[in-house]
Amino acid sequence: MIEGAKWRRWVYFYIPLAGFLIWLLFPFYWMMITTVRPDGELYRPWNAPNYTPFWTNNPTFEHISYLFTETLFATWLWNTMVIALAATAISLVCGVFAGYALSRLKFPFAGSLGTMIFVTYLVPQTLLFIPLADIIRNFRIGDSPWALILTYPTFLIPFCTWLMMGYFKAIPKELEECARIDGASRWQAMVYIILPVAVPGILSAGIFAFTLSWNEFIYALVFLSSPQEKTVPVGVVSELIRGDVFFWGPLMAGALLGSIPVAIAYSFFVEHYVSGLTGSVKG
Amino acid sequence: MAVMQAGSGAPRPRTRLLEDERWLALFLLMPTLILLALFIAYPFAKGILLSVTNTRVGVPGEYVGLAIFEKVWNDGIFREAAWNTILYTAITTVFKLALGLWLALLLNRHFRGKAFIRAFILLPFIIPTVLSTFAWKWMFDPTFSVLNWLLREVGLIDQRINWLGDPDLAMGCIIAVNVWRGVPFFAITLLAGLQTISPELHEAAAIDGANARQRFIHVTWPLLLPVTMVVVLFSVIQTFADFQLVYVLTEGGPANATHLFATYAYQIGVRTGLLSEGAAISLAMFPVLFLVVIFQLLYIRRVETR
Repeated sequence: MIEGAKWRRWVYFYIPLAGFLIWLLFPFYWMMITTVRPDGELYRPWNAPNYTPFWTNNPTFEHISYLFTETLFATWLWNTMVIALAATAISLVCGVFAGYALSRLKFPFAGSLGTMIFVTYLVPQTLLFIPLADIIRNFRIGDSPWALILTYPTFLIPFCTWLMMGYFKAIPKELEECARIDGASRWQAMVYIILPVAVPGILSAGIFAFTLSWNEFIYALVFLSSPQEKTVPVGVVSELIRGDVFFWGPLMAGALLGSIPVAIAYSFFVEHYVSGLTGSVKG
Repeated sequence: MAVMQAGSGAPRPRTRLLEDERWLALFLLMPTLILLALFIAYPFAKGILLSVTNTRVGVPGEYVGLAIFEKVWNDGIFREAAWNTILYTAITTVFKLALGLWLALLLNRHFRGKAFIRAFILLPFIIPTVLSTFAWKWMFDPTFSVLNWLLREVGLIDQRINWLGDPDLAMGCIIAVNVWRGVPFFAITLLAGLQTISPELHEAAAIDGANARQRFIHVTWPLLLPVTMVVVLFSVIQTFADFQLVYVLTEGGPANATHLFATYAYQIGVRTGLLSEGAAISLAMFPVLFLVVIFQLLYIRRVETR
């Protein structure tokens, strides 16, 4: 704790921390308050005398019901969920396998393969989206969930592999050797002995991959075109803005509701998420 | 035990093959290698091919050598986008590091509700960027801005500020939102780094008469440096290749003043349909990303072998 007078604690600790909290969380409060604010109150100019920014006396659900009745928001939520779960599942299987092989098995080129996977970890989606769009079209999976389910793993697998390698390295080799002496095959030792011990790592990688796929934007924007195929971020951007007209009420309602699934998943696995996040940069 | 039962009985040829370390490794790595080859290596090669032809949407191109790169290089908007990207990456990284370190130091103390606050602080990083950026866009709205209202209430302005309508101000807004989104990442990862530093080192330094500032400079900072380097390099790559924030806030406007490489590539490659130019603009990011990656690989190797 901080030594010295009480005022020092306020100046050096409570006030800065409160400042950070307000700054980091205010946009979410603003999202919520806008969601339940009726249009009449929403479109009051900034200098109107009756501008009541932080509260509303007539909360309404009209924006939320507009979202579900006038747009395909429910479909977008479903699409995003399916794509995020499928991409996460594929990435976890690939990442666990690759992580195991790279950290536990001896084979030619192991080192250079590990480096290669690490390098793809650092390839941003914006570097490849134009040629990739062309490839997706040639494979005839454009404008379908497969376009994303198969491409999202490219930025999720390297991360999962990297994280799992760290976990597998920490598990003592003796554990596996005991099972092998007892007659288990390599495959069985991996599946029945090592994987159960690595469950915290798998959860970390999974929750991280899920939030990243929910967040992904440019591939979804470029590869999907029909309104009923879109994900939440793309649907909100392309269907709730008509020309220069922004439907701010539904937009904020969409932003809020579109964030909730990620927020819920995150709240269940905060500790795993944090250890995934910190593990991802430890190397 | 299930393992024993499954292990008994004659091994099938397939399982015998998997007993060999090399075959098992190949089997385990296969799905990853196929996906990465199809959707990273192949598009990368295709991107290079695209950029040496003059392909448009629906029009197969012919080989034109480096003409596309020359055209892009002489494009004023491209140069502005390149400059913007460098500026954007440099300024946001400095602010993210400074504020993130400050927040990490605050969170490294013991206080009630710490786990709770830490969970909330990560929200800007968790919530899909496009969605949270819309909240900012709404706050920057020229007519309905709550920020303008606040500044007027405090007595700082009486003319409205058109946040995203003025080129310099718009760039400032984009930088501010990126910092907002990135600070939690820096804070939480640096906090993890701080927690690995033994308190005894601080106590020893304190006994030797070092004050708080000296302890930070001579104990905390050197020990935190490896984590800091990795976090900064990650962040530099992400920021350099950023797209979502600018796409939502300004779409590169007003008058193309806030384009980054990625948004300009999208504008030219997808909106306008000039695939070759778009691919070339994207690939222009490559040399810088490549240098950062090389630097990172060398740095990690150095830390590991130490």
